[in-house]
Amino acid sequence: MSTLVLLTLTGLGLSALYFLVASGLSLVFGLADVLNFAHGLFLSVGAYATWWAAGHVPGAGDGGLGFVLAAAIGVLAGAAVAALVELVLIRPLYSRTIEQVLVTVGLSLAGVALLHATWGADPRPFPRPEWARGVTFVGGASVPNSSLLLVVAAALVLVAILAFLRFTRVGLVIRAGVEDREMVTALGVDVRTAFTLVFAIGGAAAALAGALGGVYFGSVSPSQGGSLLIFAFIVVVIGGMGSVVGSAYAAVAVGLLQQFVNYYGTAGLGDICVVALLAVVLLVRPQGIAGRAVTA
Amino acid sequence: MEPVLTVADLSVRIAGLHILQGVSFTVAPTGVTALLGRNGVGKTTTLRAVMGLTPRGGEVSGAVRIGPRDALLTPTHRLVRDGLGYVPEDRCVFAGLTVAENLRLAERRGSPPDYDRVFALFPELARRARQRAGTLSGGQQQMLAIGRVLLSGNRLLLVDEPTKGLAPKVVTEVAEALAAVAEEVPVLLVEQNLAVVRRLARDAVVLAAGRVAWSGAADRLLGEPELTRSLLGVGAAGVAA
Repeated sequence: MSTLVLLTLTGLGLSALYFLVASGLSLVFGLADVLNFAHGLFLSVGAYATWWAAGHVPGAGDGGLGFVLAAAIGVLAGAAVAALVELVLIRPLYSRTIEQVLVTVGLSLAGVALLHATWGADPRPFPRPEWARGVTFVGGASVPNSSLLLVVAAALVLVAILAFLRFTRVGLVIRAGVEDREMVTALGVDVRTAFTLVFAIGGAAAALAGALGGVYFGSVSPSQGGSLLIFAFIVVVIGGMGSVVGSAYAAVAVGLLQQFVNYYGTAGLGDICVVALLAVVLLVRPQGIAGRAVTA
Repeated sequence: MEPVLTVADLSVRIAGLHILQGVSFTVAPTGVTALLGRNGVGKTTTLRAVMGLTPRGGEVSGAVRIGPRDALLTPTHRLVRDGLGYVPEDRCVFAGLTVAENLRLAERRGSPPDYDRVFALFPELARRARQRAGTLSGGQQQMLAIGRVLLSGNRLLLVDEPTKGLAPKVVTEVAEALAAVAEEVPVLLVEQNLAVVRRLARDAVVLAAGRVAWSGAADRLLGEPELTRSLLGVGAAGVAA
């Protein structure tokens, strides 16, 4: 029983990490039709900015409020870089899919190379608050607090994004734009502002994944963003492009599947099962769990 | 009176097809001008070019002036904020949003929304405010598509086949609503139903093969069965010849 609880909660921790990366990716694709291969870079920016801030910014550090301040700086850095990428690189390339892919893949590679050159290829120990290093006993299992932290953070982000989509004018524009961007423009709305905002929100969520992923893994390395991005893409496709709720369901499915199969099967088999799940969804329901509609 | 819309030598190429080949016409500042023609002659392409909605990669040349503004050099959202309303073919309501949200989305900055006017014209929309637009009937969706552009003041309305696929009773309701609208705002109307054109339009422009084949008073066009048949391929009653 305790193994089941442990696997479930650590699996949900993994799901939370995937959701934080996938939610922004899904909204960006749903609204702007941009397959953003540079999204993993936003995660890395968040992780490295948090790591750097914890050691350099007065008041920031690895404990309590100090870590919150460091993570907030990481999130802001991720949002700023994402907004800048949209304004400078993506905006001139809307509706030019191949160029977008080339630019975002190139940016992703360049970003990793820049992190390599600046801080080296080796993983760096990540600042971890005292509480996050401990465990909590749930149903007889010792669950790492870092997993619980991820689950709580992802749940809060999900609620915040849904409330934003449901109750704000920009959220309304985003939900409508996911359905029919051209018609939103034809009603007098400048959707480009919404594009930038969606990039910034996605960048912030990915950066939060970077900061909390650092706590979860205990270290940060330049390639972390890229490897998580692969699973985030799978989550987005399974959940349905443009659907935040779909991404949440898919993230839970992928995280739990991976965790359980890796434990009861052999290590690595979970990843293969996730790819198999993707194939089944593409065959049975190509539009994903929730299709293109954004649910709020 | 100065025309509200002037289209001069408008050409549009999309994916190698020369769809509009030098279209020129004007829209009077009052009443309804019908843009007519057989299927595929470029009516919708003309409206979309005026709106700045030609697909990316399409080439547009010529001149489109709405009042003092050069429409071809102005982003779509600015044209709309300046008072250009567009009711597209197939309605294009946001199926996942409620009726109220569809209307709220259409509120324009700097122009207070006139919900009373919209609900007076289409009371059904007030009753169904919380219903998702995707679950409305075709006629109700058309009312929503027209209603949302009427929330704000307009200088010109572009309306593309508003009666397409609707039941006869609903066609009458939509035509009545458009007649009421046209008393306040000039309308450029693309329409296949000649009974509706006869009821609403004062002027008519007929396109054929990407060019203007005829323009003049709508009564004159519809009053000459041979002319109607040669230009539109249907009798003046709107029945296929």
